[in-house]
Amino acid sequence: MRNGIWNPYVAGALVGLLAIVSVVATTRVLGRAQYLGASTTFVRVAGLVERQVVPRHAAANEYFTKTKIKIDWQMMFIAGIFIGSLVSSLMGGTFRIESVPPIWRERFGGGVGTRAMGAFFGGMIAIFGARLAGGCPSGHGLSGVMQLAGSGLVAMACFMAGGLLTARMVYGRQGRGR
Amino acid sequence: MELGFGLATGIVFGFLLQRGQVLRFEKQVGFLLLRDLTIIKFMLSAIVVGMVGLHLCRDLGIISFSLKGTVIGAQVIGGLLFGSGWAVLGFCPGTSVGAVAEGRWHAIWGILGMIAGAAVYAEVYPAMKKTILTWGNYGKVTFADVLHVNHWLLVAVFSAVILGILFLFERSGR
Repeated sequence: MRNGIWNPYVAGALVGLLAIVSVVATTRVLGRAQYLGASTTFVRVAGLVERQVVPRHAAANEYFTKTKIKIDWQMMFIAGIFIGSLVSSLMGGTFRIESVPPIWRERFGGGVGTRAMGAFFGGMIAIFGARLAGGCPSGHGLSGVMQLAGSGLVAMACFMAGGLLTARMVYGRQGRGR
Repeated sequence: MELGFGLATGIVFGFLLQRGQVLRFEKQVGFLLLRDLTIIKFMLSAIVVGMVGLHLCRDLGIISFSLKGTVIGAQVIGGLLFGSGWAVLGFCPGTSVGAVAEGRWHAIWGILGMIAGAAVYAEVYPAMKKTILTWGNYGKVTFADVLHVNHWLLVAVFSAVILGILFLFERSGR
């Protein structure tokens, strides 16, 4: 195990323990279990932004009402991911500034604008799909599958199917065999 | 209190994602191209540990499950859409934030896109509610409910299958 990088099995198993500890601790202390998840926060951030810019429109939105736009456990969880990753990468010496990732560069060149467009629209489609499916690889893939939820298993299988197919189409030609 | 728990859990999660190299575009797209299996090794080992532990805690009466409703149309269509966006962005919602923190700042474009996409979804939600979100609605069910078998049997089968897959991964050397 190199300094700053852990075996994925070890890091993954610790995430499994974290999921258990989080559910048990929040159940006991807060009276309501918090399972790991991420994608709802993007809805809440969109709602918070719209509240500032177009408050009447945001207040009338059914989805925002249903999702309850507020700073909650999950939003702080996401903020925590930022802090934890920053600390870990600085401590382990793996922090590195990157504006275009290598696989992307191989296929689309080193332009920051192209990468920005791709990432932006990819992100839009991804979150739209995640909200439609009711979760992302954290909420469905980890928490859902751990509970053997029908929704989690179906969603995760489709995340992968869509991802494998699209990755092959987008990066495949130059990607294979390297 | 709730916020403190969220922050603390996130810090540990972010630390582990970063140490496991799961936050890298190269690892996520590398998996989708089946060239590098790091993220799936990470996920599957998290799932085995969490699955056994959560079922145990539930049987002991310490916790209750929190299931998301199974709507086949929504999970299939939404899942495929998510997957295609994920392949282009190269990060999922949780990892995008951690990727920025470890210097891969291009994930910011994805975060902005996801906030915009969430706003779009909020606009069309009423239409989704009437259509896709009603297609194949089974409610909050587990696989054990659907198959009418004891959940420990499924936990054992799933764990065995996952361990088998991981064994094959190791033999493939990716």
